[in-house]
Amino acid sequence: MDDRRFRKRTLLLVAYLIFAVLPVYWMVNMSFKTNQEITAAFSLWPHHFTWENYRTIFTDESWYSGYINSLMYVAINMAISLVVALPAAYAFSRYSFLGDKHVFFWLLTNRMTPPAVFLLPFFQLYTTLGLMDTHIAVALAHLLFNVPLAVWILEGFMSGIPREIDETAYIDGYSFPRFFLTIFVPLIKAGIGVAAFFCFMFSWVELLMARTLTSVNAKPIVAVMTRTVSAAGMDWGTLAAAGVLTIVPGAIVIWFVRNYIAKGFAMGRV
Amino acid sequence: MKPVNQKAWLMILPVVLCVAFSAILPLMTVVNYSVQDIISPERRVFVGTEWFKQVMRDDDLQGALLRQITFSAAVLLCEIPLGIGLALSMPAKGWKSSAVLVLVAISLLIPWNVVGTIWQIFGRADIGLLGAGLTGLGFDYDYTGNSTHAWLTVLVMDIWHWTPLVALLCYAGLRAIPDAYYQAASIDGATKFAVFRYIQLPKMRGVLMIAVLLRFMDSFMIYTEPFVLTGGGPGNATTFLSQYLTQKAVGQFDLGPAAAFSLIYFLIILLLCFILYNWMQRIGTVREGEEVSHG
Repeated sequence: MDDRRFRKRTLLLVAYLIFAVLPVYWMVNMSFKTNQEITAAFSLWPHHFTWENYRTIFTDESWYSGYINSLMYVAINMAISLVVALPAAYAFSRYSFLGDKHVFFWLLTNRMTPPAVFLLPFFQLYTTLGLMDTHIAVALAHLLFNVPLAVWILEGFMSGIPREIDETAYIDGYSFPRFFLTIFVPLIKAGIGVAAFFCFMFSWVELLMARTLTSVNAKPIVAVMTRTVSAAGMDWGTLAAAGVLTIVPGAIVIWFVRNYIAKGFAMGRV
Repeated sequence: MKPVNQKAWLMILPVVLCVAFSAILPLMTVVNYSVQDIISPERRVFVGTEWFKQVMRDDDLQGALLRQITFSAAVLLCEIPLGIGLALSMPAKGWKSSAVLVLVAISLLIPWNVVGTIWQIFGRADIGLLGAGLTGLGFDYDYTGNSTHAWLTVLVMDIWHWTPLVALLCYAGLRAIPDAYYQAASIDGATKFAVFRYIQLPKMRGVLMIAVLLRFMDSFMIYTEPFVLTGGGPGNATTFLSQYLTQKAVGQFDLGPAAAFSLIYFLIILLLCFILYNWMQRIGTVREGEEVSHG
């Protein structure tokens, strides 16, 4: 009975993994084909294998600078999100104060604004401040959805750490900053890793805001990719190669945080 | 109970400032648009609640709202159980768990417009694996012409794209359960289902709450993927709220009604999230109460 159940679960997992990987395989497959081969006929693997699409991306500055721009604002965004979210999450997990629940929910509501109409005011705000087409503009705009999530995740991790640890440290004469940085932060390392992963992910894949707030100097890869649609038709091959390359940074990040995820977190009182 | 400390406000101040910087002015601007008729940048007329009334009576909008609610409900009903199931099946330790984690997470890291493009090709009957496969099996599959197929394709794409989020969160929740719980359960002779219902599910409450709320919000605002995949068609079968809103705001330059629309949209999401949030907190506490009274 147990054995059969085990097999059923493995079957589900394998079936899902195939389902998950097939579209990605199709993109990888396309990225090694010429446009002609992509649109001409159905083929399970590239018959005329070519590196040409990747070469275009690595030699054309407008392509590879897109990756650099994206990585820059994502990194700035991750750094700011974590730095401001850490003390806030600590406050939410340790103290009750006037309006704490309301502020917490208000933070979450900022993930719920439908982007279409908000893009114009965003554009106006950042133009007025002279921040248009800078990395910091996109990083700041992405704080809107990343900070609430980072606070939420970190708060969950922190609530799992008993308060006695704080109290003991204070009795031992630690000041708050010293306690926070040398004792508390190492304890919630896993939480920081997981929060960083989520910030990275949501900032990396976001298109509308990043495209609205940039034009040339900070143009992200997601916006560069929309360029492949042209009058001459779609440049499928290059698009697929660019798509494959967008997975790489994320895959590296998930590789680093995999152990934190595997260690587990339950969020809140366990 | 947590001690009361009003100074904690100082610690959340940076977060409030960071978020308010990008949140308050744009929101106020949209409120401002929503009560004016903007004929040209210089000529604006105050119209009060006119746009709100107009938007509420808009049949197309009600159609889009209905499609949106159906879609989000379908997304939650498919992704949450599938995500939990996956999390339960994922290996706990070793290289296998690392490999599975990375494979599962891949779809989350692909930019949304690329997701749409992949599926656009993937579903084509002439050059896509999915389309060719289904046609080969004898289905008359055509996501550009048949509205049911288009809707299902968008749903399957969303399941492919976002189930990993649910799975990763649930997996992390499961890994946090101490072995002692399972040992106690096996001494009691608990069935697999009882272990799931009384140990695993309650311990996953926190992460499930994040998963359900995130999936709800994001699916309710889905835009880029269906826009790239189907363009909202055929007809308006896959025109969800966001896309209808964009058509209004960008396509027809009707800033006033579009702003009123997005405020109503925002309030709907807010209300539904508020209900979900409170409901999930309540069932959590009731369940904990049950455990206490049983134990």
